[in-house]
Amino acid sequence: MREGTPRRKAGPGAVLPGGRETRPVSSRDRDENAGFRARRGLGRAGVYLAVWIGIVIMIVPFVWMISTSLKSPIEILSFPPTWIPTGHYLEVTEDQWIEVYVVSRDEAAGTVTVQPVESVDEPAGVPAAEGEMTVDESRVDDRIRLRFRNYVEAWNQAPFARYYFNTIFVTLFVVAGVLVTSSLAAYAFARMKFWGRDNIFVLFLSMMMVPQPVYIVPSYIILVKLGMIDTYQALIVPWIAHIFSIFLLRQHFKTIPNDLYDAAIIDGCSRFGFLWRVMLPLSKAVLVAVVIFTIVGTWNSFLWPLVMTNTPEVRPLQVGLARFSQEQGTNHELMMAAAAFSIAPLIVAYFFAQKQIIQSLATSGMKS
Amino acid sequence: MTWLDRLKRKKAMDPVTAALYLVPAGVIVVVFRMVPIASAFILSFFDVKMGRIRGFVGLAQYGRLFQDPTFWSSLGTTSYYVLGVVPISLFLSLFIAVLLNQKLKGLGFYRTVYFLPVVTSLVAVSMVWKWIFHPRLGLLNYFLSLLGGGSLQWLEEPRGIFEMMAGGLGWSWWPDGLAGPSLALVAVIVVSIWRGMGYNIVIFLAGLQNIPDQYYEAARIDGANNRQVFWKVTWPLLSPTTFYVLLSTTIVSFQVFTQIYLMTGPPVGGPMGTTKVIVYYLFEKGFDAGGNMGYASAVALILFMIILSLTLLQRRIVERRVYY
Repeated sequence: MREGTPRRKAGPGAVLPGGRETRPVSSRDRDENAGFRARRGLGRAGVYLAVWIGIVIMIVPFVWMISTSLKSPIEILSFPPTWIPTGHYLEVTEDQWIEVYVVSRDEAAGTVTVQPVESVDEPAGVPAAEGEMTVDESRVDDRIRLRFRNYVEAWNQAPFARYYFNTIFVTLFVVAGVLVTSSLAAYAFARMKFWGRDNIFVLFLSMMMVPQPVYIVPSYIILVKLGMIDTYQALIVPWIAHIFSIFLLRQHFKTIPNDLYDAAIIDGCSRFGFLWRVMLPLSKAVLVAVVIFTIVGTWNSFLWPLVMTNTPEVRPLQVGLARFSQEQGTNHELMMAAAAFSIAPLIVAYFFAQKQIIQSLATSGMKS
Repeated sequence: MTWLDRLKRKKAMDPVTAALYLVPAGVIVVVFRMVPIASAFILSFFDVKMGRIRGFVGLAQYGRLFQDPTFWSSLGTTSYYVLGVVPISLFLSLFIAVLLNQKLKGLGFYRTVYFLPVVTSLVAVSMVWKWIFHPRLGLLNYFLSLLGGGSLQWLEEPRGIFEMMAGGLGWSWWPDGLAGPSLALVAVIVVSIWRGMGYNIVIFLAGLQNIPDQYYEAARIDGANNRQVFWKVTWPLLSPTTFYVLLSTTIVSFQVFTQIYLMTGPPVGGPMGTTKVIVYYLFEKGFDAGGNMGYASAVALILFMIILSLTLLQRRIVERRVYY
């Protein structure tokens, strides 16, 4: 999955496979091409249109998530929905504005029925009905009002700080573990001779083909027997060996010439020293790929931690978010805020290193 | 000791050293992969409740499983899901990839955006889409109203889409067996396609860029039009990539869980059980209702058999047509 593979250009006069030669471009050809290009120009607009429709479909859910996360609970209920969160303000006296909720609008009479929002600091909720008043439309002004408070509120309604910590903690350990165990095992598979090496390797690879739901029940029982259920170990230990990483590293280690190994050994380098000082520094690109897909995989994993944890002390972010979503029910603005701050770290990282991340995740899928 | 001795010694077979290097990964793989996979097979013949083995029951659990209508309907639902996701996702991502491969300006940007959902957690994605599908306040019904359509119940609609279409045409009667996947399941299918497309696009793009330009130019010189170029050059040369995407999308689709768990219900699998897929059925049996883990293992084994045989079948059928 290398990008930027050099594209072989076959210009005029180039020899095509089969020994045929392309004709040099004559002036007649150019004229024909002009008409062709005009038609293609129209096609090109269509191409851009199709691509952009797709782009909009990809982006809209994210925009909608952010937009919702910044609205007031009242604005959520407005249909048709607003894209830019808007607050309504009523002019009480000259240059004195208070925020109000719009209860209803009477287009014909030009009046608006509003309720004052008691206090900006008060928790979200529908204000008392007695505040309702009908005023002239001109006294109400709409301004963009982004309710960042939703994020604080969502954060505080569930132990998200703990969930965040758990996910980061688990991810760090899994990444470190995968790096250590995979490098060692890949080194053994690539460089050492021992009985049954290739059979063991094939056996490892075949394990990779078995989908997680198939072995999750026995895994649960094993973790119960080991006393690991509802501990960090349940989320870390089973995942610190990653077969695909071993495979990737082994393939890469095999490309490093044997002469290098011989030379290093003659110079008095130990086996481990060769791995540490020569092999790993030469495998930086592969190691980065391993780190990336391990982070993304651990951060986003759901079924495993859902089954293996049941207290907030060890519960990772995704499971916490799912619980929050099921508990909240109708507070869509809080749910969207929680969704937004849960995906934020990976999205930010993605924008800084999208090329590496795309490449790493595309590789991680290429199992078969 | 001369350098030659040292070299000989280091190159000789050394099972002990090799074992030391293999132990850390090996122990984990054996304890948390091999043993569980083997036990899934064995456990399906035992009565296991809440993690305790109560006794050998032979094939009794398979017997009960095959008599459970919920099991069959969950298989049906999963098939609908796979048949919905795989072809559409394949078609759309190939379509977009071919468009993006025409040396568009800003390819990097387009690719980044299409890939964005892949990096986003499925939990968050499901929450956002559930809100988009909201029957009263959702964005999708708003768009429908802009287009002059009526609002739909989306995730709360148990009726099959073919039945609904027939209803839309004014037919009052439609055979039950042909109702098709519920609109709720279709909504989940849409989300899965949206989320997985970027990945397939990236794979297709890589495949397309591996096709040498000469073939295209040769075809053009021979007077081939766009359609001919696609079917005679791109499609056959891309077939290994297409085959890979087909296989991996199918395998992943069979294991759908998170979207169902977060978007449907309550209770999960609703409305009227029309979105209860096989992995959720497994989860429910094994971890929710009384923890009948032997039974869940039987389900797991059936799932494994299905995925395995589909993989082999696809390999068989497609292999002959794949141009290498």
